[in-house]
Amino acid sequence: MLQQIIFSIVTLGAFWWATQQFMKIRRNIFLGKDEEVSDDSGARWRNVLLIAFGQKKMFKRWIPAVLHFFIYAAFVITQIELIEIFIDGFFGVHRFFADKIGGLYTFIISFIEILSVLAFVATFAFLARRNLLKIPRFMKSEMTWWPKLDANLILFGELALLVGIFSMNGADVVLQGLDPEHFPDTGFLAISGWLGPLLFGGLPEGILVIIERFGWWLHLLTVLAFLNYLPKSKHLHILLAFPNTYFANLQPKGEMENMPEVMNEVKSMMGLTEDTGEMSMEEELPEFGAKDIFDLSWRNLLGAYSCTECGRCTAVCPANLTGKKLSPRKVMMDIRDRMEEVSTNLDSGHQKFIQEDKRAAGVSLSKENYDDGKSLFDYITREELHACTTCNACVEACPVMINPLDPILKMRRYEILTESAGPSDWLPMFTSIENSGSVWQIPDERVKWTQED
Amino acid sequence: MADLAAEGKKPEILFWVGCAGSFDARAQKVMRAFVKILNAAEIDFAILGNEESCTGDPARRAGNEFVFQMTALQNIETLKMYEVEKIVTACPHCFNTLKNEYPALGGNYEVIHHTQFLQGLLDDGKISIAGGAFEGKKITYHDSCYLGRANGIYEAPREILSMLDNELVEMKRCRTNGLCCGAGGAQMFKEDEPGDKRINMERVEEALETDAEIVAVNCPFCLTMMQDGVTANEQQEKVMVYDLAELIVNNMK
Repeated sequence: MLQQIIFSIVTLGAFWWATQQFMKIRRNIFLGKDEEVSDDSGARWRNVLLIAFGQKKMFKRWIPAVLHFFIYAAFVITQIELIEIFIDGFFGVHRFFADKIGGLYTFIISFIEILSVLAFVATFAFLARRNLLKIPRFMKSEMTWWPKLDANLILFGELALLVGIFSMNGADVVLQGLDPEHFPDTGFLAISGWLGPLLFGGLPEGILVIIERFGWWLHLLTVLAFLNYLPKSKHLHILLAFPNTYFANLQPKGEMENMPEVMNEVKSMMGLTEDTGEMSMEEELPEFGAKDIFDLSWRNLLGAYSCTECGRCTAVCPANLTGKKLSPRKVMMDIRDRMEEVSTNLDSGHQKFIQEDKRAAGVSLSKENYDDGKSLFDYITREELHACTTCNACVEACPVMINPLDPILKMRRYEILTESAGPSDWLPMFTSIENSGSVWQIPDERVKWTQED
Repeated sequence: MADLAAEGKKPEILFWVGCAGSFDARAQKVMRAFVKILNAAEIDFAILGNEESCTGDPARRAGNEFVFQMTALQNIETLKMYEVEKIVTACPHCFNTLKNEYPALGGNYEVIHHTQFLQGLLDDGKISIAGGAFEGKKITYHDSCYLGRANGIYEAPREILSMLDNELVEMKRCRTNGLCCGAGGAQMFKEDEPGDKRINMERVEEALETDAEIVAVNCPFCLTMMQDGVTANEQQEKVMVYDLAELIVNNMK
């Protein structure tokens, strides 16, 4: 009874707290600009199936793909066992399904156990890749103490989860022989069937019960801890990879998003539209491109939260490969960090974060009047933005279809269109296109090449 | 185009030359090669000549949407005037912009990259290649970002190479993993940001590792970058950089 009460309080509390945090993430994502995505849901679901569920893009690199698949499969299938843990916990029963579905139960739990062993191996391999082999993409400059610790914490959490499963099942198997009334027969479990007796055989019943309960609680608490850790961690990708893949661009990667407001302005300048096209002088001059997270699309922000910092993008970035400062992964991490900063400030409700001219009694802080004197440019330097060749290697590489190129281009637009800044080398190119229709200022006629042989 | 229009004629297809093709001495050679092939295949084509403007690709990628819109809308007006429906271009940047970005501005055309067009001519037997010209020669092919990843065209250029009787040796990074030459995103028009190395050097080193005698490209900017890299490695006597059109033109029957 006491256990049931503790279980209920802990579980419901954990879910409540996690819900609060996930709502905040949702709020943060929608700090971005509205963007309608309603085209071709068939192709979108196909991407979710192949790329998120099927992990198609992971298999460009076989070793991590197989290891990752073990952990992923174990995670997905363990959810079935978790259902039973919740039923047992709330209703004070033990292995609720064991005597109800018989052979199927043995099969499912055995399946979970086999995958868990594979996941155990994979977790150690991942720890080794990060900490012993020091795979270069895990060692880049943006991988400071927290991203590194975050990655290791997740792996340790996974180990705890697996230790929990095997102590719980192993002790249970031995107990089934001692006290069949309280411990229903699970059939011969693929791993615990022999590992249980091997490790725990001959121990007194009291100790076995403690081991079983320890495993059960360890499993549950690790799951609940993970749930509440996700919003702070790169591990959030286990959830957001799915929506991110669904909402990813379907157009050819080379297509840049049009800016209708600029197009219409230029059309009216060129006399191509029939409307008067006169801009009201009182109107505030519009800002173009992206200066801060508010100017990015919510899809860019979703991408930042979906990033698990694997660094496949950075590993293929031609600028990064040749020692430039740009790292597409850092761009996504910076966007997330900036979102978190804005989020904390918004939650504080402090007047100092309201734009100066809008501060007044009764005005409360919102995304519309937010101004903390900072922007994404405090996180992402111009040098990084200027180093991009728009080659789309990062976009192609991302296993969950994040697009780091899009925010880079939006920030370039802000720099050029709103600030009239940017590399001075580009000015002659702009002027030349504007004046002579060519990227180079060349006195020759465009047709001259046809007159020579 | 203007001359033909004056005669009341409308060619089947417009050949979009682009800025590099028009003004860059090395790229001009590619354009002449391509025109020779078009003539040999008796294709009814025209160019816009002095009425052609930059498609706006580098301005847009640098962030200058105003300049992009100005030049793009100007081009769309010109293309409308001549009722152009079908365009072939030997530049993947022009190809991408015309094909993917002009529709949102009101310009809809069937746009074909010259490697696709050449593959079609070869398949239809409109041109054919004399056997043996490249026999035993190793060629490596450099995927441009704007034909490859940006538009998913990897096979047409390779099909052409397979018809040239040569041995295609792929670089370590090819197709979807192809490494950029370093020119895209308006990098062609500015100094590199500080770093250890130029991107074209990294790519050329990879090409040299294949021991190929010819580096085949599909883009005038890649052509410049790869040639510069080969020269910087002092391999210009041994390794030639050619556009696919040039490889065909010298060996047509």
